[in-house]
Amino acid sequence: MIEVKHLYKSYDGTFVLNDVSARFEQGKCNLIIGRSGSGKTVLLKSIAGLIEVDEGEIWYDQHKFSHLDSRARREIRKEMGVLFQGAALFDSLTVEENVLFPLEMFTRQTRAEKLERANFCLERVRVSGSNGLYPAELSGGMKKRVAIARAIALNPRYLLCDEPNSGLDPETGIVIDNLIKELTEEFQMTTIVNSHDMNSVLEIGDKVIFIYRGCLCWEGSREEILQTDNEALNNFVFATNMAKQIKRP
Amino acid sequence: MRLLSNIGSYFLLMGRTFIRPERHSILYRQTMREIEKVGINSFPIVVVISLFVGAVITIQTNFNIENPLLPKYLVGVTVRDSLLLEFSSTMVALILAGKVGSSIASELGMMRITEQIDALEVMGINSASYLILPRIIAAVLFFPILCLLSIMVGLFGGYLACVLGGVMPSNDYIYGIQYAFYPYYVGYALTKTVFYAIIITSVSSYFGYHVKGGAVEVGRASTRAVVQSSILILMANLILTRTILS
Repeated sequence: MIEVKHLYKSYDGTFVLNDVSARFEQGKCNLIIGRSGSGKTVLLKSIAGLIEVDEGEIWYDQHKFSHLDSRARREIRKEMGVLFQGAALFDSLTVEENVLFPLEMFTRQTRAEKLERANFCLERVRVSGSNGLYPAELSGGMKKRVAIARAIALNPRYLLCDEPNSGLDPETGIVIDNLIKELTEEFQMTTIVNSHDMNSVLEIGDKVIFIYRGCLCWEGSREEILQTDNEALNNFVFATNMAKQIKRP
Repeated sequence: MRLLSNIGSYFLLMGRTFIRPERHSILYRQTMREIEKVGINSFPIVVVISLFVGAVITIQTNFNIENPLLPKYLVGVTVRDSLLLEFSSTMVALILAGKVGSSIASELGMMRITEQIDALEVMGINSASYLILPRIIAAVLFFPILCLLSIMVGLFGGYLACVLGGVMPSNDYIYGIQYAFYPYYVGYALTKTVFYAIIITSVSSYFGYHVKGGAVEVGRASTRAVVQSSILILMANLILTRTILS
């Protein structure tokens, strides 16, 4: 479980996060949605510890992450897998080396054991057979899959995904979404997905929180999102004319 | 204020860089990779430039001391000391600041904007130590070798100018480069090179590591890395020369 309590973050006097509190359950896909610039990436990066909040608390189960020193944070980070928007694979390493990377840094396994684990992860995300390729030789969807394989290599308890299907066609996007959901349920991870893609919300959003101008504006399930009266959320969800016509009846 | 802030964050970054690495085997492997990138790949440029500069110094010195009272072997002495005292350490360092410094700054800058450095951080890895320390070690170990190579190739360039260009008798040149040789000068050149290696790699890493924005900022960081490294090399040259040779 990950919980944030009363988070505040401002840049040059403008609040990007304004008293945000939320709870993200284990074994579920928790989605953070919102317009571009609403503060959802800042929230996710704050949860990951890449941005320091001005005020508030971030809890990883019983650990108060926001108040830990860098050494203690490093221990929690070893249980954290992060999927970045652009995949963030290491350019100079092959697919296999990318997945092996966290294993080589943090485990004392033999080379054979590490290779076995890396290949298992690659098979799990259905990218086996591309071990020797470099990230530049992969398609966008494959990069995301390899990044997921790297993120799960150490069996993390927490998975944070920043717009996992951005830049992908809707079909490939759904494949990535479903993969995240499968892995979340299989390994009982606490997963937080940052997205502004409604396909993702309706496909995998066990719990959805809507960030509007830095504030938590709404939270609920993917079913509830279609019936809500929240105007800001409706404007976001039913942004196109066609969607508005669907909503009207 | 901005200068002070930059100096402060440079030293903070170095503080994070020079701490015990996560795994020594990985540091060793990374250092070997960097030796290839910053060292071995710089061989060709150092050889070509040193060869021509050695030949040109020989021709110019010979042209400038056309005096029957001055023995010809003085050309060899001048070429040797020019290479040892200044060219093969400082000039080669300025060339390497352009080649290696811009490469380090742009590589780290691209890693920053594509979130690869963030990926290292969220894995619980000290990204500064993982990325910068091997580069500094590689340069400190290998730049002195490049300096020695430059001295030898430069002297050979002067010899070729004598033999192929007929600038002066090669016997006089060879006698000159051995005449009144102080091994201390080699130590002086290598000491300077070690300082330059630290300046080039750490300053370039600093500018690359702190890139914000996109490709334009990576280009700017690369330019700033080369300019600032070059200025610091020249300042260090003055201080080290004053300290070691006085």
